Amino acid sequence: MTIEKTPVADFATDFDHTDPAWVADPYPIWEDLRQRCPVAHTERYGGAWFPATHAGVTQIAKDTENFTSRTVIMNDGRPDELALPSPIGVAPPITSDPPFHQIARKLILPAFSPGAINPLEPQVRSLCRSLLDRLEGRDVVEASWEYARLIPPSVIRQMLGFPEADTDVFIDIVHTVTESVDLPMDERIAAFEPIEEYFVAQIEDHQANPRDDLTTFLLNAEIDGQKLAVEHVFGTMILILVAGIDTTWSAIGSSLWHLAKNPSDLERLVREPDLMPVAIEEFLRFYAPVTMARLVKHDMEYLGVAMKEYDWILLGFPAANRDPAAFPDADRFVIDRAENRHVAFGLGIHRCAGSNLARLELRVALEEFIARYPRFALADPDQVTWSQGQIRGPRRLPIRVG
Amino acid sequence: MRVVIDADLCQGQGRCFSIAPSVFGFDELGNGVVLASGELSEGELELARLAVANCPEHAVGVVE
Repeated sequence: MTIEKTPVADFATDFDHTDPAWVADPYPIWEDLRQRCPVAHTERYGGAWFPATHAGVTQIAKDTENFTSRTVIMNDGRPDELALPSPIGVAPPITSDPPFHQIARKLILPAFSPGAINPLEPQVRSLCRSLLDRLEGRDVVEASWEYARLIPPSVIRQMLGFPEADTDVFIDIVHTVTESVDLPMDERIAAFEPIEEYFVAQIEDHQANPRDDLTTFLLNAEIDGQKLAVEHVFGTMILILVAGIDTTWSAIGSSLWHLAKNPSDLERLVREPDLMPVAIEEFLRFYAPVTMARLVKHDMEYLGVAMKEYDWILLGFPAANRDPAAFPDADRFVIDRAENRHVAFGLGIHRCAGSNLARLELRVALEEFIARYPRFALADPDQVTWSQGQIRGPRRLPIRVG
Repeated sequence: MRVVIDADLCQGQGRCFSIAPSVFGFDELGNGVVLASGELSEGELELARLAVANCPEHAVGVVE
């Protein structure tokens, strides 16, 4: 069930990130807000603020005194009505605040450091090639649904050490979770039941048969000599799913969408493969998929507006990346942009823990797609659809390759 | 000229060691560390300056 909503009249005073205009093309809305507000407000979701500038987003992202991360997905339940567990939060460390945050984060960072992630490149490449093999012989391929969508869950499944035979089951479960974020809270809880059952079975199997994977690592991890609470292990596994899947799917999809529409950029990457790392950063700046949320801790004047305790903050890293005060030619995609301090992975203590993995998957997915199809274009622009919510990317993306 | 990373500001964004791998490395957590000791070559200095200009946390610097 989706909630019926009234159309937005003015995004400055009544914004809604699920409004069809925002979903279709948010960038002109943000530019307008930057010029008029620059902190937009809405009474929807129980009250929320949206800073549209790089400076505003930066200030809030780094301010853990005045804002809490106890819940990072803006939904219809006003958060003070929920008994949110603290300090762990439902998905540590993304939902944790200092000082517990640092402890939970340090625990998982080694598993996502370049030293741990770089060796995964051959298996990511082989996965991408096998997905492309399945599309062989077609003139039109579904680059989002049949390619980009399938890459992150397979990598995460391998990292967690879940059976290869469960790949399809796992992908279904992941979508149940990631698509449930816009549902009312009771339906979200119901949507989590199958994944909870599956995870409990996997945890039990790993307890009986420990092996070298992330699940065993979490089960063995200790804080002050104590094994992690079960809800901590489970919460971190949920985080890895929710944060590691549609995000990277979206980044891959948006980048392919761009290349399908911009043959000169595609030709440049085919001609200059060494440009890819620089291009990746511009894809991340221009099509940053992830918007986070925070909660206001107490009533205060902040960025020139009167914030109330438990108001939401919609923290738009993608909007910050388009602010002309921070980037010259901010609304122009510059494939060889040399200086690019984009904030696609956030800023401050909650920097995306999976950023090294995301970059690896994005780069290899694009390299392999381009190697297979050096020329491609949108098959039908009208069939492209975009996700709704705090993760933005194409969900249907038919591309003509033949 | 030498390069510095402010460990209090570094959040492991990973830009410095990707751009200038001979100058910067990473620790077990994925945070940036300075590898280069002594004088940087002209090429290294150029890459280090690019790393400075790409760090979203403003944690990397080139100092006299």
